[in-house]
Amino acid sequence: MPQASRPSPGAAIGSFALIAGVVAFSAAAFAYTAGWFSPERLTPQKLVDGFAPPSGPALGHRRNHAKGICFTGVFASNGAGSELSRAQVFVEGRYPVMGRFNLGTPDPNADDAKVRVRGLGVMISTPDGQEWRMALIDPPVFPVSTPEAFHALQIASASQEPNAMAKFVAANPEFAAFAAWAKSAPWTGSYAEERYNSLDSFIFTDSSGNDHAVRWSLAPTAEVVPVTPEELAKRGPNFLETEIADRIKSGPLRWTMMVTVAKPGDQTADPAKAWPEDRRSVKVGSLIVEQIEPEPNGPCRDINFDPTILPNGIRTSDDPFPAARSSAYRVSYDRRTAEEKDYPR
Amino acid sequence: MTNIQRFTPLQRALHWLMAVCILAMLFIGVGMASSVAPKYLTLVSIHKTLGIAILILALIRLVVRLRYGAPPLPADLPEPMKLAAHLSHYALYALMIAMPLIGWAMLSAAEYPVVLWPGVWLPSILPLSSSLHTALWNAHFYLAFLFFAVVLLHVAAALFHALIRRDGVFDAMGPALAHDEVAPPEPVPARR
Repeated sequence: MPQASRPSPGAAIGSFALIAGVVAFSAAAFAYTAGWFSPERLTPQKLVDGFAPPSGPALGHRRNHAKGICFTGVFASNGAGSELSRAQVFVEGRYPVMGRFNLGTPDPNADDAKVRVRGLGVMISTPDGQEWRMALIDPPVFPVSTPEAFHALQIASASQEPNAMAKFVAANPEFAAFAAWAKSAPWTGSYAEERYNSLDSFIFTDSSGNDHAVRWSLAPTAEVVPVTPEELAKRGPNFLETEIADRIKSGPLRWTMMVTVAKPGDQTADPAKAWPEDRRSVKVGSLIVEQIEPEPNGPCRDINFDPTILPNGIRTSDDPFPAARSSAYRVSYDRRTAEEKDYPR
Repeated sequence: MTNIQRFTPLQRALHWLMAVCILAMLFIGVGMASSVAPKYLTLVSIHKTLGIAILILALIRLVVRLRYGAPPLPADLPEPMKLAAHLSHYALYALMIAMPLIGWAMLSAAEYPVVLWPGVWLPSILPLSSSLHTALWNAHFYLAFLFFAVVLLHVAAALFHALIRRDGVFDAMGPALAHDEVAPPEPVPARR
């Protein structure tokens, strides 16, 4: 062995210092990448924590949209969507669906009459082994334009400061459209009467490789009957779940999937801004809900309706929300599944 | 002048290729877990594809290692250092193979699809299970930090051999022979 070439004691100290420096620099770079030196970074943990009431989150449950009920059914595709996307889900046929009606609240025991936003999680499976998951809500626009603004909304909503919301609205004027909907849109007495919207924009790719920026909605076929919140408050805290379980007894429930296609130049990055009313809309099929199952033992409970789980032929756009939602949903999922003992089957 | 025994060119190529992949993998993992930015989705998809690539490379490397062996450590290396060298190498091989499998199993236990690239999905290897998902999530999380720590130890030891002991251990895996005092490589005899 080449003993003779070993360094002098002085050079060895220098070499040890170099080695220590390499290790320290690498560890620091790792910690920096992990965000440990960046307390201002918006993390999924912050977004998820932001939903929790002062008393803490409901253990074992989704950190938002915590109250819900499972369903199964089919997506009946009419083939018209194939013009826009090569995904197998748009080929005429019937594909199994599993999903979840839910309320936009972190409280799994919330009073149904007090929660403004209603949502729908859907997972469609196709024979090619691919899945399309989505999580839709009933307002026509998202409250804010960016994930950072969403976190600011969480902070303002939880703030004790009297003018926190006023300051937030002044800094995020796009909130006005959502606030107007929340204030004046009619309430209904059923999950079956709601129109559920993607709000986020996605890119469909057709079989020729052409891209189409789209948003989509599930429009109810049930008659929409406006009911005042005062009247709903008299129906009991769980009237939505009771009603949908009763309604399904007289037959499957249907929604029409409408895909709205952007015109060149339409922005796709901001779900707080609706596209003009005259954009082309393609009826691509029907969601048919056949069976309702309570969440505790239902098939939707341990599924993450991550809206970035998409089949080949659908991908995310420059809208920043699907990525932020995917990241935050993942953290919510990791936490609640680790708390299974608090929400036993 | 001393003849030193080196790893075979295939082993050295696999080592340096995997070094880049594993370092990238560890940084991507720790970065994506704290991000809500659009790059989150890109990082997650690279993490899955690269993880499976590392699994395949690690299995190839294990077979190559069993076939061609490794040059012996210097006879004058203190026993505790020899032990540390052997244990850290076992740990690195175990982590290179286990981490991708744990990640794949963790996604399976949550019924997340494992997409390698658009339209190519790996099969699920576990049923949906909150308790399995949680156990695998914890394993993946803590073993990632252990993996990074063992990599740092490995780098420090390699530099210790290269700069201080200058005993040919670094050159055995080095991308090129840097020191003119070291003779050109001899063919490495296979250890069966």
